[in-house]
Formats: sequence, C-alpha cells, structure tokens
Amino acid sequence: MIHWTAVAVMWLREMKRFLRARSRIVGALAMPLFFLAFMGLGFNRMAVPGLAGGAAGGAAAGTHTLSYLRFLVPGIIGMSMLFTSTFAGLSVLWDREFGFLKEIMVAPVSRVSLVLGRIAGGTTTTLIQGLLLLSVSIALGFRPRSWAGLVPAVLFMFFIAVTFIGLGLVFASNMKDMQGFSIIMNFIMFPLLFLSGALYPMKNLPVWLRPLSYADPLTYGIDGMRATLLGVSMFSAALNLAVLAGFSLIMVVLGAYFFEHSESV
Amino acid sequence: MSAEARREEIISEQAAGVSSGDAIWVENLTRTFGDLRAVDSITFSVPSGELFGLLGPNGAGKTTTLNMLSTLLKPTSGRALVAGYDVSRHRDSVRQSIGIVFQEPALDGKLTGRENLEFHAMMYGLDRYTRRRRIEEVLALVELTDKAKVLAEKYSGGMKRRLEIARGLVHRPRVMFLDEPTLGLDTQTRRHIWDYIKKLNRETGVTIILTTHYMEEADYLCHRIAIMDQGRFVAQDTPSNLKDLLGGDVVSLEFENGAEEMLAAAQSLAWVKKAKQHDGCLSLTMERGERRIPELVSLAQGKGITVTCVNLRKPSLEDVFLHFTGRTIREQEASSAERHRGHPHGRPGRGR
Repeated sequence: MIHWTAVAVMWLREMKRFLRARSRIVGALAMPLFFLAFMGLGFNRMAVPGLAGGAAGGAAAGTHTLSYLRFLVPGIIGMSMLFTSTFAGLSVLWDREFGFLKEIMVAPVSRVSLVLGRIAGGTTTTLIQGLLLLSVSIALGFRPRSWAGLVPAVLFMFFIAVTFIGLGLVFASNMKDMQGFSIIMNFIMFPLLFLSGALYPMKNLPVWLRPLSYADPLTYGIDGMRATLLGVSMFSAALNLAVLAGFSLIMVVLGAYFFEHSESV
Repeated sequence: MSAEARREEIISEQAAGVSSGDAIWVENLTRTFGDLRAVDSITFSVPSGELFGLLGPNGAGKTTTLNMLSTLLKPTSGRALVAGYDVSRHRDSVRQSIGIVFQEPALDGKLTGRENLEFHAMMYGLDRYTRRRRIEEVLALVELTDKAKVLAEKYSGGMKRRLEIARGLVHRPRVMFLDEPTLGLDTQTRRHIWDYIKKLNRETGVTIILTTHYMEEADYLCHRIAIMDQGRFVAQDTPSNLKDLLGGDVVSLEFENGAEEMLAAAQSLAWVKKAKQHDGCLSLTMERGERRIPELVSLAQGKGITVTCVNLRKPSLEDVFLHFTGRTIREQEASSAERHRGHPHGRPGRGR
C-alpha cells in the first residue's frame, strides 16, 4: 500500500535540504566541470581511437569527426549523476547516523512509500544537477546535434538517476554504518564508471571486459545520451532506453525489497 | 486496517482476557541477539494514564523492550499489545497510537523546529488545519514557539529533547515512550524536562512509559516502576511500596543521657521493627518515619531524656536495587559493559 502523503513529505524534505545546501550544489558541479575542462582540453588534440562513430552512428560518423571534448560531455554528465544518485540512495545511512531514520521508521506508513519518496526526492535533485551541468556545458560552447535531442537525453538522465538511487538503497539497507563506504566507492562506483565508457569509447577496453560493460547500467545511459545529443553511439537510442529502463525497474524493486527487510535500529 | 482485521483483533483481545483500560499489555516478551537474551520473558501491564518507569542499568534490556513495543524490533517470542493492538501483527495501528522520544536525538538538523514537527504531522496524516493548530499547541507546551524557525541543529541538548517531546505529541498518541529522556542533560535542564513530563501526563492524560537509569528520576516521576536487570524484571510496584519492602525508614536519635532507657521503651513499641543502640545513639527502623519522630521526641521528653539530634533516612531506590540484585546499579553497569565487550556491534550493550 502506498501512502502518497508520505511520498510527498519525503520528497519535500529532500528539496528543502537540497536548497539549503548551496555549497553542496556548487561542489557537485565543480568536480565534473574540472574533469570536463582538464580532461577535455588535455586529450582534445590527441587522436582517441574509435571516437568517430559506432554501429548506430552510421552515416553521421562518416560525415564529421567527433572531438573528444564533445564526446566527453555526456560521459561527464553520466559520471556526475552516477555519484550523486548513488549517494542519494546511501543517504539512508546518514539518516541512520543522525538518528532520523528511526523517526521515519516508526511513522505509520508503508516502507514502500518511504522508498518511493526517497527515490522521488533523490531523482529530482540528481536531475537538477545533471541539467545544471548540461546547461553549463552548453553555455561554455557545447552544441548538441539538434536541440530536439535534449528531450530524450533528459529521459536518459532520469533513468540513470532512478537506477543508481535504487543501487544506493540496496547498499544502504545492507550496511550498518558508513564504514563500508570506501569499499563501495573503490570497488563498485569507480568500476561502474570506467566500464561504462564515460571517459573513452567502451570498445577500446579488452574484449574479456565487455560482458561486464554490458552489465553496467551506466553504459546504456551514457550511450543513450550520446545517441540523442551527438548522434554517435554503439546501440540505438531505443535499445539503450529499453535496457536502462529495465535496469531502473529492477533496481527500484531490489532497493525497496532490501529496505523493507532491513532492521530499523 | 480493514474491518475484518479489527474484528479479529477484538476477538483475540477478548480471548486473551485483556481489559480495555490497559494501554500496554505484555506477556512473556523475549528478544535474543545471538546467545544473548536481551529481554528475557517479561510480563507486565500498564493501565491508561499511568506514568510507568523501566529502571535498570545500561544493558538491562530497557531500550530493546521499548523498540519491541514501538514495532522497531520484532519480538523473538511472547506477545505485546499497545493501545490494544498487537505489535507483531498490526504495526501500523500501533504506530498510529504511539509517540516516541528516542535515547539519541532523532531530528533532521537541516530542518527548522517547526519543519520537523510538520514532517511528523504530515507523516501521521493530519490535515493542514489540524497540523497548524497542533503544532502551535505543542510548541507552546514545551516553550519553543519563538525558536520554531531556527534550524534544529542549532538547538541545545535540552531544546532538542523538548522539541522531540513536542513532536511525539503532535498526533495525540495514546501512549508515549520516552527512552532515557534526560540522558546527558545538565541538572537544571533535567528538572525542566521532568516538569514537562509531569505536566504532559497530568494535562493530556497520555500514558507514559519511560526508561531511565537515574534512581531519582524514576522515584520523582513514575507512578509505578519495574526494576530491570539482565533482561528480566526483578521487581514491579510503586516506588514507595518498593522502598517499604526494605522494612521502612531509619530514624536515628541521639541523646544526652538515658539511651538504654529509650532503647527499652522503643523495643516495646509495636511499629518499631528494629532497634539498635550504639554510642548513645539509637537507630530505629519503621515505616513512615517522619510521622513517628514527634512521638519519639515527646516519649523521650516524658521520661526526662534530652534529644540532641534526630536524623531520618528514607531508603532510596538504590537500596531497593541493591536488595533485589545484590549489587548497586553502578557496579551492575560496570560489569554489564564487561559482559557486552564480547559483542562486536555492542548493540544491546549500548542500548540502541
């Protein structure tokens, strides 16, 4: 049973906290922008193999060569959203740390409502950050293939956010405190980032790593954004969207399941 | 909750012979963590409107008991009804009927005092109008009206506690749980919180269950207390009855002369339970000593004996604890810390 008021309250709380933490917003934008600026400029003149096009890129790839900087923009947006949304899911642990989780857990509402509220809140804040990043990139000179491509790109961003908040919830529900945080960071988050082809074309990775790349939801999010923003991708936008939406559904169900069965004290 | 579930509830209550006046009804409630029996088959009931205390050292199982009664932990075995609802089967109904103040602060520091209350009121399904009215009401009760717009993280320890008490009241619970409500507060703030708790119980009639390891707190606040030690209830009664179990007060009298004569006279009095003489001093054990002192003094005067000093010592709950467990609460805490050191998470020991 879903208590919609509870979903709304959880969302509202997330918004208030987000708007009050301005320094956090700036910080969350600064890191990816530095990445974009320094990596983009640093590698822009180098010939990165495999840049100009993939299977679905087809004709577009043949007609123009893609600069590394343009290639990097969707990747960096994906990277930043990967971290922000996983942390949003992990914020359950902060609530546990500061005791507020108990207040949430004794409320007479179903846990599913709490999960949905958290996902709604986290998705909104992550999406805002992703859109800010995209806007800043555009202001700095990034041009998507067509402006219409922005709409489906936002859809990909939405599903990236939902997927990794779900992942964060799975971790948070199975951890007692923040001690496992660095393990998650080093052994889950960074591999997810590097396997996704956010920073370089995925096909440059050794063949034996490929199954892992295909199992990484971020791969489809970033490839999808590249398809819609640049017109250059490995898979078609529709395939990317279908796979990513599937992942997000699985993650939400898993996150809700583990949260439901976690001990509240 | 469906009508059918409610009916089933009523039937099961009748079967269990629960009187509807009981806010809490617990039978053989048990919770284990691995090998440790944190709560070991406790049985008690609390009538509506009572202020009931669980007194015991850290690690006695008080918080675990509260966590089970508030549906945060599932009982390993046994049954508990809160406001008439089974804590294992009707969690949402139980949650709707209770308010809780946890041992550690459970506020969102990034929200203001009022926002914390609003969050709570919305979670408990109050409409906008009721919300506004109740929030004003409880803020006034704990005297935080003028601090309502301040972020909770800026509150002092005492203010946080008061805000949490206010929050627990917003949805008008039938039962209020307070877990160590004055832990870590200074003496003056503690007095204040005590007054709020008393006022709350008196003015709203809410049933209050509190845990504490402060003897004077249990003594001052509670109508009835249960002394808890190593997961079990070792005694359960009103504070004064518990203290009377020890045989009553000790009245010491000092005389200029004629102590022997007074000893003989005292021993012949029916209400003197024990009489001892040492160094011209008399120690008499009796109930309600303060009422007997004038009698003793006039008895001495009738015999021409001069009383130079009178001292009345009431047994404290500390004495009661000592009587039932053979140790003081402080010793017990030291050894229970020892006992839990083997458990890496220290959960029962830290009273989470």
